[in-house]
Amino acid sequence: MSKIKVALGFAATFTALTALSSAASARDLTVVSWGGAYQDVQKKVYFEPFKATGTPMSDESWDGGVGVLRAKVQGGASTWDVVQVESEELALGCDEGLYEKLNYSKIGGEDAYLPSTVNACGVGAIVYDFVLGYDKDKLKDAPKGWADFFDTKKYPGKRGLRQGAKTTLEIALMADGVAPADVYKVLGTEAGVDRAFKKLDTIKNDIVWWKAGAQPPQLLASGEVAMTSVYNGRIDAANKKESKNFGMVWNGALFTIDSWVILKGSPNQDAAYKFLNFVGKPENQAKLSEGIAYGTSNKKAPSLLPKPVLADLPTSPDNMKNAIEINTDFWLENIDRLTERFNKWAAK
Amino acid sequence: MTAAFVAGADVPLKRRLKRAERARQFRALGLVLPLLAFLLFTFVVPLAGMIWKSADDWEVPQVMPQTVAALKQWNGQGLPDEAAFAALAADIRTAREAGTLAVAAKRLNYIINGYRTTLLSTGRKLKEQPAPGTAKATLIEIAPAWGERESWTAIKSASGPVTSYYLLAAVDLTRNADGAIVAAPPDQAIYRDVFIRTFTIGFGVTALCLILGFPVAYLLANLPTGRSNLLMIFVLLPFWTSLLVRTCAWIVILQSEGIVNGSLQWLGVIDEPLRLIYNRFGVYMAMTHVLLPFMILPLYSVMRGISPAYMRAAASLGAPPTTAFLRIYLPQTIPGIGAGCLLVFILAIGYYITPALVGGAADQMISSFIAFYTTETVNWGLASALGAVLLLSTVVLAVVYGKLALGRQTTGGLKN
Repeated sequence: MSKIKVALGFAATFTALTALSSAASARDLTVVSWGGAYQDVQKKVYFEPFKATGTPMSDESWDGGVGVLRAKVQGGASTWDVVQVESEELALGCDEGLYEKLNYSKIGGEDAYLPSTVNACGVGAIVYDFVLGYDKDKLKDAPKGWADFFDTKKYPGKRGLRQGAKTTLEIALMADGVAPADVYKVLGTEAGVDRAFKKLDTIKNDIVWWKAGAQPPQLLASGEVAMTSVYNGRIDAANKKESKNFGMVWNGALFTIDSWVILKGSPNQDAAYKFLNFVGKPENQAKLSEGIAYGTSNKKAPSLLPKPVLADLPTSPDNMKNAIEINTDFWLENIDRLTERFNKWAAK
Repeated sequence: MTAAFVAGADVPLKRRLKRAERARQFRALGLVLPLLAFLLFTFVVPLAGMIWKSADDWEVPQVMPQTVAALKQWNGQGLPDEAAFAALAADIRTAREAGTLAVAAKRLNYIINGYRTTLLSTGRKLKEQPAPGTAKATLIEIAPAWGERESWTAIKSASGPVTSYYLLAAVDLTRNADGAIVAAPPDQAIYRDVFIRTFTIGFGVTALCLILGFPVAYLLANLPTGRSNLLMIFVLLPFWTSLLVRTCAWIVILQSEGIVNGSLQWLGVIDEPLRLIYNRFGVYMAMTHVLLPFMILPLYSVMRGISPAYMRAAASLGAPPTTAFLRIYLPQTIPGIGAGCLLVFILAIGYYITPALVGGAADQMISSFIAFYTTETVNWGLASALGAVLLLSTVVLAVVYGKLALGRQTTGGLKN
């Protein structure tokens, strides 16, 4: 026993010391993204070419959470400069002053980007969707939308959903016949929340909850679920890299925008702007979309893409037709309450 | 006896002994000082900080100082006076300039859902400070919520410097508009259940580890060295593989088209795959596997010291094997059982990754909620309060446990 304690003590001291020593030295630009297949593509089309332009940089990955950024910025001696954040992290962190206000003149001007991707604290990196994913080899009859997702008679098998209230409640309402445009109006009422949970009750025992974006393709591949909610890029990557035959349903998709931010007080501001300028260029963004099926923020990027690639992107008009943007303001206001309610429901 | 002939014999022996003793104590203290300092900074200070955070109510006093001051005189009946409205308007405008309005909005939104919108939209619409005497009318016109008493009692209750809000919320209690402590609305009352769930899983895993680990430890302690070393390597193997790898291996083994279900279906034992994962069964399975070495090692170290002569003596005195085991062997292993159980239990109730991966939505333990509030919604007050409740209940359990199991001469390497 005491040996274990000693070993643990050593390990803790060692990590503390390395952390201290690394924080004390001047460092290269550090860019943080989401890891997985996505970051592999970013490495190839963003990070490596950017390094070749003469600015040294290193990249790390994280799992999100504005609390992590708050700890980094308020704790001082942050080891990150540019971070890719989700829309909620962008809004919360911007409110709390965790990010530098962006000077758009250094990154090609506001007009170069799609209006919805321009924010005072961050610039859009990618547009991506939560879609209904299924395995074409197993389901001969393609599902049409979330209503089919809840129809376990017609499509037997389990269903994968992201654990938590966010996205789950929207999906339940659309399955119950609410038009995509009205989802947040309905969800804003007590009756609407009840309605969503009642719909979820109908397949409660068939749901497998996933937590990380990498899980749904695995759940599909292993046959654990017949359909699942999934990030569109993951389906695309599984089809390309692992020669899977997964299908996607864009009807009722929920899209959201991730942004690049510069952490407050970053010592590498110049390099950070150089990086954002580089990844904001349409020719570079087009390469990203070719590598992984995410839409990007520069207005000119889609025009540089071949038709078949464009057809699979969240930003293509056909795919946008019945999609809604996940409402950040709604979730900032309601996430705690609805999370508690969701867990109450799950434990019943 | 020779002390009388030694130099310094005029100093009484007792005092010299004390002096020597004190020097030794100082030396010992010097040796543990680095560790003490380390523990203080890495353990005691952060814990104290966490407990302080669970009661610290800094947002509203910092962002809306004038309103807080103006509401000091307000008795909570009806609406506050014009001066309070003017103070609120001034605070909102300053906070909006400084970009801190959302911080207060988030805090007040915990009390009244929708407060965030009220405050932020008021901030957007309030272009200039209302003329004297018109603040009340202006604000109520911008957002009708300012004409409701609850909006104001919310600010008053969040005026700091400390609040019981988070600690109460962590045990499913809340205060109503009059300040009386009442049960939280049923939709939000989840934490007691989560704590009970956490401790249930903790006890269950501990019991399973004991049942499975005891025979293994016995075998380890009584085999010849060569073979026991080999077995020991198997026990330690999990220590050298990452927790994630082990957890994912369980997913592969237990999933509906996994190894177990596949074999059972092939043998014709079952027609439909059994649900072995993404539920409580999976959690028990994976956690027991991960924590088993922590039970086996302390048990083994205690069993090694038990002489086989005792059991032989019991047998020669006519005790049947069961009696000899229960009355002679088992009592001697209690310190090991105690240490193992305490270790496994405390590790188990802090588990987070394993239940997240192999459990369902109804198997999440308290740590996952703490992580959720820490990283995702940045509700650090509630995260700290849940942490404080967990810490307190763990300490209470450990103390009770120490009194029960370890109130003996040997403590199996565990001081209580």
